[in-house]
Amino acid sequence: MATTVLEPAHAHVAKRSVLVDWLTTVDHKKIGIMYGAWAFLFFLIGGVEALIIRAQLAKPEASLVSPELYNQLFTMHGTTMIFLAVMPLSAMFFNFFIPLLIGARDVAFPRLNAMSLWVFVLGGLFLNASFLWGAPNGGWFGYAPLSSRQYSPGVNMDFWVIGLQILGIASLAAGVNFFTTILNMRARGMTLMRMPMFVWTTLITQVLVLLAFPVITVALILLMADRLFGTSFFSVAGGGDPMLWQHLFWVFGHPEVYILILPAFGIISEILPVFSRKPLFGYSAMVFSSSFIAFLGFGVWSHHMFSTGMGPLADSFFSLATMLIAIPTGVKIFNWIGTIWGGSVQLKTPMYFSIGFIAMFIMGGLSGVMHAVAPADLQQTDTYFVVAHFHYVLFGGSIFALTAGAYYWWPKMFGKMLDEGLGKLHFWLMMIAFNLTFFPMHFAGLLGMPRRIYTYPGGLGFDIYNLMATVGAFLLAGSLLVFMWNVIKTWRSDERAPADPWNGATLEWTIPSPPQEWNFAEEPVVAEKDPVWAMKRAAGTRQLPEPALVDGKGIHMPGPSWWPLIVSIGILVFFVGFMIKHTWAFPFGPVTIVGFALTVFGIFKWAYEPVDAHATHH
Amino acid sequence: MVIFALALAGCAGEYPQSTLSPKGDFAELVDAVFMKTVWWATVIFVVVEAGLLWAVFKFRGKPDDPEPKQIHGSTVVEIIWTVIPAAVLAFVAVPTVQTIFKTAEIPAATAEGGEPLKVEVTGHQWWWEFHYPELGIRTANELHVPVGRTIDLRMKTVDVLHSFWIPQFAGKRDVFPNRETRIWFTAKASGAYPGACAEFCGIQHGKMLFYVMADAPGDFEAWVTRMQTDTMPLVPPPAPMADSTALAASGPMAVDSAAPAVLAQAVDPKALEGEKLFTAKGCAGCHAVKSVNTPKVAVGPNLAGIGSRKMIAAGWMANTDANLKRWIMDPQGVKVGVKMPNLPMTDAEGDALVAYLRTLQ
Amino acid sequence: MTTAALDHGHDAHAHHTSLPIDNRKLAIWTFIASECLFFATLISTFMVYRDSTGTGPGPKDIFEVPLVTGGTAVLLFSSFFVVMALDGAQQGNRKKLLTWLSLTVLCGLFFAGMQVYEFWHFYHKGLGYSTNLFGSAFYTLTGFHGTHVALGTLWLATVLKDAIKGDLPPKKALNLEIAALYWHFVDVVWIIIFPVVYLMSLGR
Repeated sequence: MATTVLEPAHAHVAKRSVLVDWLTTVDHKKIGIMYGAWAFLFFLIGGVEALIIRAQLAKPEASLVSPELYNQLFTMHGTTMIFLAVMPLSAMFFNFFIPLLIGARDVAFPRLNAMSLWVFVLGGLFLNASFLWGAPNGGWFGYAPLSSRQYSPGVNMDFWVIGLQILGIASLAAGVNFFTTILNMRARGMTLMRMPMFVWTTLITQVLVLLAFPVITVALILLMADRLFGTSFFSVAGGGDPMLWQHLFWVFGHPEVYILILPAFGIISEILPVFSRKPLFGYSAMVFSSSFIAFLGFGVWSHHMFSTGMGPLADSFFSLATMLIAIPTGVKIFNWIGTIWGGSVQLKTPMYFSIGFIAMFIMGGLSGVMHAVAPADLQQTDTYFVVAHFHYVLFGGSIFALTAGAYYWWPKMFGKMLDEGLGKLHFWLMMIAFNLTFFPMHFAGLLGMPRRIYTYPGGLGFDIYNLMATVGAFLLAGSLLVFMWNVIKTWRSDERAPADPWNGATLEWTIPSPPQEWNFAEEPVVAEKDPVWAMKRAAGTRQLPEPALVDGKGIHMPGPSWWPLIVSIGILVFFVGFMIKHTWAFPFGPVTIVGFALTVFGIFKWAYEPVDAHATHH
Repeated sequence: MVIFALALAGCAGEYPQSTLSPKGDFAELVDAVFMKTVWWATVIFVVVEAGLLWAVFKFRGKPDDPEPKQIHGSTVVEIIWTVIPAAVLAFVAVPTVQTIFKTAEIPAATAEGGEPLKVEVTGHQWWWEFHYPELGIRTANELHVPVGRTIDLRMKTVDVLHSFWIPQFAGKRDVFPNRETRIWFTAKASGAYPGACAEFCGIQHGKMLFYVMADAPGDFEAWVTRMQTDTMPLVPPPAPMADSTALAASGPMAVDSAAPAVLAQAVDPKALEGEKLFTAKGCAGCHAVKSVNTPKVAVGPNLAGIGSRKMIAAGWMANTDANLKRWIMDPQGVKVGVKMPNLPMTDAEGDALVAYLRTLQ
Repeated sequence: MTTAALDHGHDAHAHHTSLPIDNRKLAIWTFIASECLFFATLISTFMVYRDSTGTGPGPKDIFEVPLVTGGTAVLLFSSFFVVMALDGAQQGNRKKLLTWLSLTVLCGLFFAGMQVYEFWHFYHKGLGYSTNLFGSAFYTLTGFHGTHVALGTLWLATVLKDAIKGDLPPKKALNLEIAALYWHFVDVVWIIIFPVVYLMSLGR
């Protein structure tokens, strides 16, 4: 880092190896980069799972993989992409950019932030380790009673039910942390209605996490009790009701959809104004529509359950409530177009992906309205039509937006620009491949192809659409190779990015690329929205002078700590303990107790650790 | 989306499992509201995508261009584009609610169709059981229904959740172990209509298919009569043998020699052998071969009429002798994980069982 | 998850906050909001299954209201005690702080002990964890509440240890305040559980 050049670091800092540095860091930027790296690794694993699935479905009656392995692959694909790829890729941007966007030097609780990271990483590794014994095979939705011990006797679903609890802890801890950070760590003058839109959607996302994850946590605890301790919360033989699982799962599951898409909305709302050189159209409408979407998100869960036969009144209620969501979502799309309208559109790679996002998200939104029509949903639910719909939202939506964010913020994160030519190749290849993969799935679904089937008879008309989807999927993998090539090329290049390559509007562009450990040498003061544009306008320039590196004397930064990692290991051991057979009369064994003790011990040491003990600069 | 709409029009009527070519009243109601939604969606899609691309194209700028006019928003515009989608949604919402209520009610008896026909559907891992309480018939994987008469399905499962789906007749309805769910449909044309389980239900979810055989009313009656006729053992019982011995003792030899000859001609000896094997191998432990007076919930699919079914292995394979033999001899090879075990069996025994099952018409 | 509150704001002296509330206090409120949903889900599950007694014992066979009422009273008092202790901490009144905080910890211990006794007692009356759904839902709900009481007691005991060592001067009273906030929440949850689980189940 630049600081070591400017100032000889303290002896104990210099002695720490790179590995120890990253394992003990509490710097939100390093944590963000690690979130991104791990999430990308898991994203690739989930992608390989998808490719095997597509290869199996390329033609009717194929037998590339066994049905058992197929079921494991689609379960892990869904679980991985939701919990280990899209959520943590969003978390990468929360971590790196929320403090920068609000003008803070770190998050409210840096060590808690490190713990969120490590719990996520260990939880992700734990889930993927299941392939050694038998990966989860009951679907990412784990419907009872199929997920019960009686119908899923192996360890497969134990991995799932425990892995998701571990990941939930990471999400909840991050939720508390970012909620507090955003509300309490804003630069002077940055009122709520001056916050960048990405900060708003992150704040709303955290509210959703905080209110939705406890529900799935309880559901998972009850299912775990059924599987491991012999209760029958969801098992009919003991008087349980499988419908309770569905309600609990979807009370979480639908807000989860917005947890996956709201950060994407925020990223797009940052990029469009910068590359249109015009402020976000209808800022307050965007804030209210995001909040309204989140609010409605808690009242529509049963639209995932139309086929259970809830009766016409419930069907009508959830149909109409779901349709209502289309209104604020439409407002957002119109405002994005309104932002571009009348602007001076600079067609750089981040803008390509942002426009691609809007174009694809419209598609996913409209097929979403088709599902809201409850009678039509009776035909579409659990078919490839739904698979097409949510990939338009999650890939065409979230992944396109996250990619846009990666190209946009790469120079700030790493101090180097990704290659524009490769970026545009990446975009066009991804756009074409994405549509080739997922558009035909609409037809496969309407022609009657159910989801989650490991093979299908020929002659029903959807053979060709499956073949197209498979070809598209492999092309899509190719587009990711272009991205990785771009990253490697950029990595090896010596060309440095300026602090503000895009004529940015927000505070992160006022500091060096990459930022120094303390982010802001001087704590910024904000007087209006798009503060950096205001500064430039006041200075009568389009390019502020390149910020100087400073030595950071007198800036207090939290020191590194081992305790977040140790507590995370304790949490992992605690949960792994439930999977290990023991002979005790209690529902837990010695490993669980060791994990618990390690967690509590770690928290104590953490609480009493002098905060400034290792501070780099005094 | 335009391509989408055109392709939709192109798809209709082509394929047997398509949701786009309804052959029953329930599916027609659904299709009507779906198509309405598709047309609205197409209009919106074209307008909005065109607006987006137009904006990008028209307002392309160069890096050196002067700063465009800084507009922060417009309340009037916000109100307009809140109200217009809301109005469009009303056009979708009204038929949606109407259709929800229309499809919720099982139609009353009609002049041509008569009373709705009740069928109890039971989901099993991984096949469907059908029971006609009014007719006393139990069958599996092929649901025979008369054209023109409303079918009133009452559904449950004995194990995990499944979802009953015949795309050309009706939407999906999930089945639960602890409560009865219902759906209905009226077939409008005779034919064989494929259906599938649409709720993930374990390792063989992919091969949990079935057919609805919509028969002309007369054909349906004939099928019912056939099913209601108790399946009799192939081998004449020992009693007639005793009779013939008695006859032989008392008089004409012709009767004595003619009777077995007729039987031998009518019944393939392989089938006789197969019938014995059906019990000896334990098949009978799970499979009933008669449709009437059977246990309340079967372990394995009822095999009455298996000889003339269209498909075997829960709608997966055409009912040919070769397929049937493969299915009997190597069920785990065809559908790994099914409850039917691979029994030690010679090739000849396989043939014999096939011959026997063929006699169950 | 309670670590949220244990993580000291990284720079207590030099930092301004956007809202007139300390980071840790805001975080514990946020955490409590999340916990509300956790307990709401557990309580709903109990409501769904409270009549599913099967062949095992039901509420009327096992509940002993006087004991639980006593426990409830003790927990309620402890909320008052911890307010007194906090007052002592903020005033720098060591004696007041130590007295009331010790009493609070004792109340926590008593309540946790009562629950252990209750579970042991119910178990010997034939209600195991998986005997029937009423039992499973009851033990899960009250067990998680009991775990919260136990962890809260541990937390308060740690603060008490600091106080005894003289490491809780008025400017660090916030350390006690956030523990107290959590403790009040645990009490409030019990105030819902007590009527919903015990009184309403008996009244039916």
